[in-house]
Amino acid sequence: MQQKIIEGIINGDRRMVARAISLIEDEASEKETILSAIFPYTGKAYCLGITGAPGAGKSSLVDQLLVLLRRQGLRVGVIAVDPTSPFTGGAILGDRIRMQEHALDKAVFIRSMGTRGNLGGLSRATKDVIQILDAFGKDVVIIETVGVGQSEVDIIKYADTTVVVLTPASGDSVQTIKAGIMEIADVFVVNKADLPGADRTVSEISMMLDLGGKKRAWRPPIVRTITLDGSGVGELHRALLDHREYLTSSGRLEKAREDRVRRDIVDLIEYKVKSTIWRQVSGSAEFELLVSRIMSRETDPYAAAVQILRSINLNGLSP
Amino acid sequence: MSAKEKKELPSQGRKAWETCVDGLPERPQKFMTVSSVPIKALYTPDDVPGLDYQRDLGYPGFYPYTRGVQPNMYRGRLWTMRQFAGFATAKESNERYKYLLSQGQTGLSVAFDMPTIMGYDSDHPRAFGEVGRVGVAIDSLEDMETLFSGIPLDKITTSMTINAPAAVLWCMYIATAEKQGIPSHKLGGTIQNDILKEYIAQKSWIFPPEPSMRLITDIFAFSGQHVPRWNTVSISGYHIREAGSTAVQELAFTLADGFAYVEAGINAGIDVDSFAPRLSFFFNAHIDFFEEIAKYRAARRIWARRMKEKYGAKDERSLLLRFHTQTAGCSLTAQQPENNIVRTAYEALAAVLGGTQSLHTNSMDEVLALPSEKAVLIALRTQQIIAEETGAIYTIDPLAGSYFVEALTDQMEAEAEKYFERIEQLGGVLPAIDQGFFQQEIADAAYRYQLEIEQKERIIVGVNDYVIEEPRQLDLLKIDPQIEEEQIKRLRVLRAKRDNAVCGSRLETLRRAAGTRENLIPYILECVRAYVTEGEVIQVLRDVFGEYKEKPIF
Amino acid sequence: MREEKKIRVLVAKPGLDGHDRGAKVVARALRDAGMEVVYTGLHQTAEQVVEAAIQEDVDIIGLSILSGAHLTIFPRVCQLLRENNAEDIIVMGGGTIPDEDIEELISKGFARALFTPGATSAEIVGWIRKVTAEN
Ligand SMILES: Nc1nc2c(ncn2[C@@H]2O[C@H](COP(=O)(O)OP(=O)(O)OP(=O)(O)O)[C@@H](O)[C@H]2O)c(=O)[nH]1
Ligand SMILES: [Mg+2]
Repeated sequence: MQQKIIEGIINGDRRMVARAISLIEDEASEKETILSAIFPYTGKAYCLGITGAPGAGKSSLVDQLLVLLRRQGLRVGVIAVDPTSPFTGGAILGDRIRMQEHALDKAVFIRSMGTRGNLGGLSRATKDVIQILDAFGKDVVIIETVGVGQSEVDIIKYADTTVVVLTPASGDSVQTIKAGIMEIADVFVVNKADLPGADRTVSEISMMLDLGGKKRAWRPPIVRTITLDGSGVGELHRALLDHREYLTSSGRLEKAREDRVRRDIVDLIEYKVKSTIWRQVSGSAEFELLVSRIMSRETDPYAAAVQILRSINLNGLSP
Repeated sequence: MSAKEKKELPSQGRKAWETCVDGLPERPQKFMTVSSVPIKALYTPDDVPGLDYQRDLGYPGFYPYTRGVQPNMYRGRLWTMRQFAGFATAKESNERYKYLLSQGQTGLSVAFDMPTIMGYDSDHPRAFGEVGRVGVAIDSLEDMETLFSGIPLDKITTSMTINAPAAVLWCMYIATAEKQGIPSHKLGGTIQNDILKEYIAQKSWIFPPEPSMRLITDIFAFSGQHVPRWNTVSISGYHIREAGSTAVQELAFTLADGFAYVEAGINAGIDVDSFAPRLSFFFNAHIDFFEEIAKYRAARRIWARRMKEKYGAKDERSLLLRFHTQTAGCSLTAQQPENNIVRTAYEALAAVLGGTQSLHTNSMDEVLALPSEKAVLIALRTQQIIAEETGAIYTIDPLAGSYFVEALTDQMEAEAEKYFERIEQLGGVLPAIDQGFFQQEIADAAYRYQLEIEQKERIIVGVNDYVIEEPRQLDLLKIDPQIEEEQIKRLRVLRAKRDNAVCGSRLETLRRAAGTRENLIPYILECVRAYVTEGEVIQVLRDVFGEYKEKPIF
Repeated sequence: MREEKKIRVLVAKPGLDGHDRGAKVVARALRDAGMEVVYTGLHQTAEQVVEAAIQEDVDIIGLSILSGAHLTIFPRVCQLLRENNAEDIIVMGGGTIPDEDIEELISKGFARALFTPGATSAEIVGWIRKVTAEN
């Protein structure tokens, strides 16, 4: 089965791609084998992140961008992330509704995911799913984050270009958006430009960029869009191309990707060490004994941690 | 008895009763309306302390019309018994209409099939499997001519349940009349044409809200000049309720929609009194008897007050909330379907005691399929029994003055006013739709209702209690799949024989006009006259206006 | 740290009718039961439904149909699943479907289960848990 899935991904079988994504999301044992096997086929896709407040028009923009990218003959993968309920673990994934016109286009692959407890605005699987779509032959992978407030900025870890979507809607004024999300933008979109207040929002962003003071090599352009009729989307597309060109010619793309590899390795090591330790420790008699001894103040958590670490065997680091 | 004793007696009486009642056990059930509003054991004058007869109730036919819109109500004329019907093809429907008219009926009510409702011709891939299923398929003027062939359109009124593409079907009706030699000012009838409730509840939309509203104000303006006897919008709470709303939500959202149309008309520069008298309403009659009656009474009062005070209407007719009622499809059960006859009867009685102008009673088998002949007849007889046998209609608004009903009426009005405020805070009806406000309120109410049933806080006879093993269901009406092919064939023949050059150029003219602010009705009329199909007109408008996509709300 | 396999369900409204009260109540109940529900919105063609089901790798397709078009839509969806080698996705449905049509659809294998008005969300959740565990 594993082999069939791997071949399927490389040969463009969308059923197998879909399967692989589920295995990754479910943290199945096949996950690492699959990801290792397809790795040689990755590295070609350009990764575009779309983030912004709930209801800002992210999905609608993805839908419109798909039209343009497809016109150029590019193959596109979309990962749309919606929040998972922390209480039930369930989720309703509704971003697809706005992209369903592309459902029958065989060169477009759309996958909805729940955050499943992850906090950064994406799901844990996102990074690996990008790899799958890359190996599957997508030229561009678009990631729509959950509707974010301020601190969910994981998107910059994976996206080559990050688009922050704002609207002129009241209460959504730029001041109210925390610096965090403003700083991650490579391109700003002021969507719903048909509504009053768009000019104000544009100038607020512009002022904020000026306030930064420092000379930037790349000043994020601000694009107005109306997804209802597609106006401004062409301009957005050009801005994206400009940014990509800037990244490539300045060598930043290469650099960023190298950093990403570094971080990936570190993350993987951390994850493996953690899970190995945890498997040995959790529920073990020694662990429980230490807990009760800490409770009765016979020892303290710091001493206990050291004691546990001494007994850990990392040789059998499991996959 | 001294004066002092006299004054204290009632309060002593109340206290005594309360103490007495407190000591009595109550059944474990929750006493609440079908909208989950708690109901007290007793209502007294204390519940309607400020009630001012003249100000709050008045006389029937007089402001604020709480007691009814006509001075003599059903003693003058019964409500119109208007059973909604549509069949497969124009030809079959035409035969049925002629039969109904020969039986003394004076009004027709046309049900269209889903492709027509969504603006697709019968040969569109999306129409597959749905042609002629839930109503009649109308693709072009030719079908409309067949639908009304041999029926003089100046002698009858026609109600058409059509919304997003209402302008097109209305133009076809006007053009059919022209062919019969009848000028448009002699035409009477109703188009539902209520797009707001489509976004809110029924979801049969095509275009985004702004251009949809423009089509509606275009109809207001054109009708004012050329079709003055036409009811241009039937502002509908029915579907809001069917989607799961509470009674108060139905009341508040429907009236809010009504006010939004009024504002749209005024903002389009049309005099309020030239279109407001042609606005009518369409409410649901659900199973909670008193709550429903209170809803209709509150609706009349709110509408009259706002139209007068807020929108400055001068014509009395602008203040009248006239309404059609349909019994609640969502209250019917697939289990023990004959019980639906009983449910429908109570609902119909509530509608009549609430002063409806016309009424459709559902057939017992409607939950399962299109109604069979026998079921339709029983439904109609239900209305006739209320009218002829019960005596409930001889006096006007018989429940007025009931402490309970007046308290409920006041409460509904107050709750509705709260909703109006919230809608206003969101920026009005369209922004509230965009933010999913109505949809969320309705989804929450529907979910709560479902949970109440599943947890047996609410008993539905035959569904979660009093269940029996049942044999197979009633005889159901089936639609012949052949009909789809035949309709498509007719459409192909039409496309081949009409003057396609003329069609093409009229569509182009329409396209250009759609990009301006001009009134589009004359252009659509020109198109349909040349046998341009419904789907072709809608496609051109879709190109210009775009298509609406819903915001997913659960 | 393998997680338990999430049940994924596509809730779809094929056809032109917009009565989504039932579909939404069910979607919400499935979410509250811990499942992931992909909602494709209204007015979907059978082709769109099947393609979405494949890309989303769902275990179950739930079709809500109230327009009377069930006898054309269920067979069409099943045919498309077959053409795409995806017959392992279980098709279920809900709506106003007369008994004899239910028998026909089930006996011909066009649907594994059909829930009519009156079915509780607990029944639907229970059924889905059972059949996905069997698969
Ligand atoms: N007026 C206006 N409304 C828009 C525009 N773009 C999107 N909308 C509306 O905004 C709402 C949200 O659009 P989505 O594309 O679902 O927004 P989103 O950011 O993906 O939303 P979440 O995924 O729920 O966070 C919808 O009702 C759209 O119709 C626009 O340009 N103008
Ligand atoms: Mg979205």
